[in-house]
Amino acid sequence: MIFNRTTTPSPLVPKTNKLFINGEFPRSESGRSEPVHLHNSQKLHSYVCRASRKDLRTAVTAAQAGLPSWQKKTAYNRGQILYRMAEMLSSRRLDLVAQLQELLGIQENQAHEQVDKSLETLLYYSGFADKLNQVLGTINPVSGPYHNFTALEPMGVVGIVYDQEFNLNLFFHQIASTLCAGNSLVMIFDKPGCALLSDLAEIFKTSDLPNGVINLLSGSVEELSSPMASHMEVHALVVASADKDRLCQMQKLAVDNMKRVILWDFTKLSVEPLSALSESKTVWHPVGV
Amino acid sequence: MLEKFMRKKDKVSPSSDNQPHKTEESGKKGFSFQYAPSLESTDIVKIAETQKLFINGEFVESTGEQFFDTLNPATGLALSKVVESTEQDVDKAVRSARKAFEQVWSKTTGSERAQYLFRIARLIQDRSRELAVLETLDNGKPIKESRDVDIPLAAAHFFYNAGWADKLDYAFSGKNVRPLGVAAQVIPWNFPLLMAAWKIAPALATGNCVVLKPAETTSLTALLLAEICQEAGLPPGVVNIVTGAGETGARLTNHPDINKVAFTGSTEVGKIIARSLAGKDTKLTLELGGKSAQIVYEDAALDQAVEGVVNGIFFNQGHVCCAGSRLLLEESIANLFVKKLKARMSSLRVGNPLDKNTDVGAIHSQVELDKITGFVREAQMEGLEYFSASATTLPKEGYFHKPCFFNNVSSSASICRKEVFGPVLAISTFRTPQEAIVKANDTAYGLAAGVWSEKASKIQKTALGLKAGIVWANTYNKFDPASPFGGYKESGWGREGGRHGLLPYVEVQS
Repeated sequence: MIFNRTTTPSPLVPKTNKLFINGEFPRSESGRSEPVHLHNSQKLHSYVCRASRKDLRTAVTAAQAGLPSWQKKTAYNRGQILYRMAEMLSSRRLDLVAQLQELLGIQENQAHEQVDKSLETLLYYSGFADKLNQVLGTINPVSGPYHNFTALEPMGVVGIVYDQEFNLNLFFHQIASTLCAGNSLVMIFDKPGCALLSDLAEIFKTSDLPNGVINLLSGSVEELSSPMASHMEVHALVVASADKDRLCQMQKLAVDNMKRVILWDFTKLSVEPLSALSESKTVWHPVGV
Repeated sequence: MLEKFMRKKDKVSPSSDNQPHKTEESGKKGFSFQYAPSLESTDIVKIAETQKLFINGEFVESTGEQFFDTLNPATGLALSKVVESTEQDVDKAVRSARKAFEQVWSKTTGSERAQYLFRIARLIQDRSRELAVLETLDNGKPIKESRDVDIPLAAAHFFYNAGWADKLDYAFSGKNVRPLGVAAQVIPWNFPLLMAAWKIAPALATGNCVVLKPAETTSLTALLLAEICQEAGLPPGVVNIVTGAGETGARLTNHPDINKVAFTGSTEVGKIIARSLAGKDTKLTLELGGKSAQIVYEDAALDQAVEGVVNGIFFNQGHVCCAGSRLLLEESIANLFVKKLKARMSSLRVGNPLDKNTDVGAIHSQVELDKITGFVREAQMEGLEYFSASATTLPKEGYFHKPCFFNNVSSSASICRKEVFGPVLAISTFRTPQEAIVKANDTAYGLAAGVWSEKASKIQKTALGLKAGIVWANTYNKFDPASPFGGYKESGWGREGGRHGLLPYVEVQS
C-alpha cells in the first residue's frame, strides 16, 4: 500500500501501529483494528489497534509491575530520563510535524509550535523531579519532642483517559507530570491522535524508562473509560472530559476503590499537576536519647 | 443536680465496682494495689433538657419535632434531647452561611479572621474543664483523655489555623488563593469537639463559612462550641450547627448551594457521599476508616513498643480511625512480646470515664458494643486464640468491653480485614522486613502505620514502603494541628492539618 504524503517523502515501508504495553509493541489481543484516514480525506493513513478491556487489564498489570522500578530511582535520575525524552522527541521533530499536519490538519508552523512546547514541558518537569519535595514537602513544628515531616509520594498507577482533541503538548504535559511525581501510567486515546502511538511510544522506549512505566492504548475512550474507572488496581484517574455524563459515570465508578479523580484543567506548567498527582505521607519520630 | 448522669454506684460507693482484679501476673508476685476513686465533678456542666440548632449566630428551634435522646454511654441514661434537623433547617443554615460569606466573611481581612480564631482558641482554654466533662459525659471517653488530649488539641487547632489566616500567600508558593464559599462539614462521634475544631478552624482561616453537623450521639460539645463562637463575637452565619443523623447529613451534603464537603467517618458513608457528589463542582475531602498495622521488629525497645501498641489500639476504646488494630510481630520476639502485652493489658483500668484513673472508658453506644462483640464472637468461632483483660471488673451499667486481642490471626480473617472500631487487636507474625511491609499494606485502607525499631535505616526503609498517610515511628497516635492527617487508598481523599490541610479549602488561581 502506497501512501501519498504531502510534506515528507512517502515511506516505502509504512509503520504498523500497535499498542505499547510493558515496553513492548503488541497488537490488541482482540485482533480488532480500525482505519485512520488523513485529515479531511478518505485516504488511508494507517490501521490502529482497538484495545480491548483485556488489553487494559494487561496494561494495568504492567504499570503495577513497573511502578517499583520507577519509584526506586532517585528523583535526579527520573529527571534525567524525562530530559532524555525531550532529546528523543527533538530528533523526531520533522516526522511528528509531518504527521500532525496530515493526520490532524494542523498548520506546519503550529505543528512546530506544539513540538517546541512539548520540549519545554518535558524540560520543565525534568527539572522538577528533584525539587518537588523541596517545594511541597514540609517539616512540621509539632508541639512535642518529635521530628515530623511530610513528604510527597506517587499515587501509584495513574489511568489517563485522554478524551480531548489531540494536542502534542497536552499529551506530554499529562505524561511528564504524572511521571515526574513518580507514578506509572496507562493512557487510552482515541482516533485520530492515536495513530501517532507508535511514534510517541518509540520516544519512551528509547529514553531508559523502565518497562511498564508508560503504557499506551489506542482505542475507544467511550468503550474503555468505564473499565479504567472501575479497575481496582488503578489508584488515580486523569480526565478532562467535556462529556459531563461520562465524567459523572467515571467519578461514580472511581469511588469503588476511592481512586483520586484529577480533572485536568492545567494549562500552564506549574507545581499544581504534581501536587494533584501526589500522595503525602507524614512521618513522626521521637527526638531524645 | 447531675446525679442522673452518674451511675448509682458512684454515688454510694464508687470503689465497689472497681475492686482490683487479680491477674495472672499480679497474682504471681502477690502484687496488688487499690486505687481510690478519683471522680471528676460534673457540677461544672449544665445541660438543657432539649438542644437547639445554631443558625445565623443564634440558638433557634428546629422546624421539626423529631427529637432523640443523647446518652451517657457510661450509664445508658439520657443526657438531653437533640433534634433531627429538617430540610428547612438545613436550608436556612446554608443560606445564612452563604449570606455571611458574601456580605461579611469574604470582606473580612486575614488578620481580622485570625483575631476571631485566636479568641475562640482562648475561650476553649478558658472553658476547658467544662468542655472536657461534657465530652466525657456525652461520648464515654476517659476524662484524662478529654482533658489532656481532645480539648487542648481543639484549642490548638484554632490557634494554629488562626496564624495562617493572614499568611495564605506563603502557604501556596506565591499563588493567589481564594476561599471556596460555604463548606458542609459532617463529623463523627469519636472525637466530637476535636473534629469540630479540626474542620471549622482551617475553613474559617481560609475565608469560608461553614455548616457543621456533629454526630447524632455527640452534639453537646459542638453546641457548646457554638456558644463560644457567640462569645467570641464571630459574625452571625460564619459558623452554623445543625444536629441530626444520616438523613440530616445527606440533606446537608446534597444541598445545591454548597461549595465544599468535608466528611470524617466510615468508608461506607464516605463512598455514598462521593457517589452523590459525582458530576458536581462541589469539592470533597474524606477522612475515612482504617485497619492500620504496627510493625514491631526484634531490635525494637520492647517495653516502649508494648506501651505504643497499647496506646495504639486501646486509646479512646479503640474508637479511632487510625487505631493500630493489627500488630505484626517479628517471629523471634513474638512470644515474649505477647507475654509483656498480656501483663500490660492486665493493668488497664476499664470503668467510669469520669474517674481520673480510668484508662479505658465506655464503648460509645449499644450499637457499637454489639458490633464489637459480633466481631469478637465471629473470630472466636473461627477458633482464634483470644485474650482479654483489665485490672477492674466491668461496670454493670453502661456499655463496656475489655481490651482484648486475637493471636496468630491469618491475613484473611475478618478481624484482620474489617474495621472493628473497638478495643480489639489482631496479632500475626513476620520474618523479614519485606514481609512485614507487604502484610501491613495488605488492606484496602491506608490511613496510618506504626514501626518499632532502634535502627534508623530500617525505620526509614519501612516508612517508605508503607502505603499510609501517617507513619508513627517508635510512637503512635500522636496528633498535632501542624501535622497533616489523611489516608491513602480507601482511607480517604485529601489531607487535613498543617499547611497541606489548607489546600482543600481554597481555589488556587493560576
